Amino acid sequence: MLRPTIGCEVHCELKTATKLFCGCKNEFGGEPNTHCCPICSGFPGTMPALNAKAVEYAVRAGLALGCNINRFSKWDRKNYFYPDLPKAWQTSQYDLPLCVGGAVEFEVNGEKKRVRLNRIHLEEDAGKLIHDGGESCVDYNRCGVPLIEIVTEPDMHSAEEVVAFLTELKSVLKYTGVSDVKMQEGSLRCDVNLSMAEDGAPLGTRTETKNLNSFRAVARSVAFEIRRQTEVLESGGIVEQETRRFDDNKGVGYAMRSKEDAHDYRYFPEPDIMPVTFTEADIQRIRSEIPELKGPRVKRYTEKLGLPPYDAQVLTADKAVSDLLDDVIALGCDAKKTSNFIMSEVLRLAKTDGSEDVELLIDAPRLAEIISMQAKGEINNLAAKQLLSAVWGTDASPRKRAEELNLLQSNDEGAIKAVFDKVLSDNPSQVADFLSGNDKLRGYFVGQVMRAAGGKANPKIVNELLDRLVKEHKK
Amino acid sequence: MKRSVDAEEVARLAKLSRLEFDGKQAEDMRGHLSKMLDYFDALDSVDVSDVPPTAHILSAVNVLREDVVEPSTSNAELLKNAPESRDGAYVVPRVVE
Ligand SMILES: [Zn+2]
Repeated sequence: MLRPTIGCEVHCELKTATKLFCGCKNEFGGEPNTHCCPICSGFPGTMPALNAKAVEYAVRAGLALGCNINRFSKWDRKNYFYPDLPKAWQTSQYDLPLCVGGAVEFEVNGEKKRVRLNRIHLEEDAGKLIHDGGESCVDYNRCGVPLIEIVTEPDMHSAEEVVAFLTELKSVLKYTGVSDVKMQEGSLRCDVNLSMAEDGAPLGTRTETKNLNSFRAVARSVAFEIRRQTEVLESGGIVEQETRRFDDNKGVGYAMRSKEDAHDYRYFPEPDIMPVTFTEADIQRIRSEIPELKGPRVKRYTEKLGLPPYDAQVLTADKAVSDLLDDVIALGCDAKKTSNFIMSEVLRLAKTDGSEDVELLIDAPRLAEIISMQAKGEINNLAAKQLLSAVWGTDASPRKRAEELNLLQSNDEGAIKAVFDKVLSDNPSQVADFLSGNDKLRGYFVGQVMRAAGGKANPKIVNELLDRLVKEHKK
Repeated sequence: MKRSVDAEEVARLAKLSRLEFDGKQAEDMRGHLSKMLDYFDALDSVDVSDVPPTAHILSAVNVLREDVVEPSTSNAELLKNAPESRDGAYVVPRVVE
């Protein structure tokens, strides 16, 4: 039985203010070549200056992932000709990367899984090419943006495991605060190495599928490559070692054409960047700057807030969501109510575009206002949902929007009583039935009053009126 | 260790370096490269078993820059010497992977 063996190389852009070797802005997008200077545009004679923050962020990510930090680390030139890299080499790290070892731990189908990391190194991103007819247009805004490359050991064996690994890795990286890890903007990208072999046999020849930028593309390309290699091997063929691409629109992978131009990177030490060293105190300081990670938060949510373990997992999967929960609770909202509302309503809106990036378009004070309006009975559950959608992605005040949309429910007991009395006189037989002990009719009356009041009567008050009715009847 | 460079090696290096040699030039280059490697052979006679590996010829370490934004160069200035440009981008012959 053929079994796949999979390893990943994950590229993650660091969210420093500037690029790795120059003071140009590190910012997504922008008009072509507007965040550039002679250094990041590869002009001859320029000298790079290493960004201290990028080094720190790479080490912080490494510490959060359980890596050992090399106390002496250096940079190397990886030579290749391609116009997205104007110097004709990428300044990267070869034999002494910042971080070695480490692991990512997660669960797949209820089973614990551990993927070992081989290394994490700090390098520069390349520019962007837009192919247009017989020409290619080159934009170096992204060129020189600091990037960590996280290399795993070949510890995965299915698409499901790869996606679970990436999900957890993305979550950890976001918690450390070193990256936005937005797959849609390309700040997290994944290369997948895959080979097939009989159980127990030595590993087969592997292929590398490059630049996958969504979990869906990763899952589909892995499934595609497993199928393709299985077919090749079962029909007596040989898997070629090659670099491949995956076309997510068509759902097919293909070999890149530059096969005969097999890369020979001729790494050599970068003479323009001095090595970096760390003392124990440096490492301690960087470790102390790691924000509270997912594990401790899950513990805090289950033990201190009393949330179910599943809820704690869902709410901590993305740091921004967990931060939102903490902030709303800090503003005085009930933990359980807030976590339920975030899980059922906020996450639904935050993930509607089907991407794995969570886009929270509401801030804590306004979410807290909606939840407290609901808790005070000023709006009912349905109205709270509608109100959240109404203010989502805007900076409107929830209370104002609730008034405009006529969502505030009536707490005016006199007005509700009038509607209530009308419902009673319209339903004499049900009233008699109810008063003779059929408490199931309670819901019916609440529903009738709500309908008559256009959905805006506070059900709590209606229930109180029913209680009073029963009490008076018994007298 | 004596290592001579053959014509095939010259062709491979020329391709990686995006250089083109005609027959005479390639033969000259083969000679130059062989001679250079001979110079390096002299290093093999030195006993370096006690010398720690060197990452850089200077002993300086931790030459770092603060993460502070500085003005970038204007797009017009950057593209001034580009043989071809359009809409703020450099234009090169189409590259295919
Ligand atoms: Zn620059």
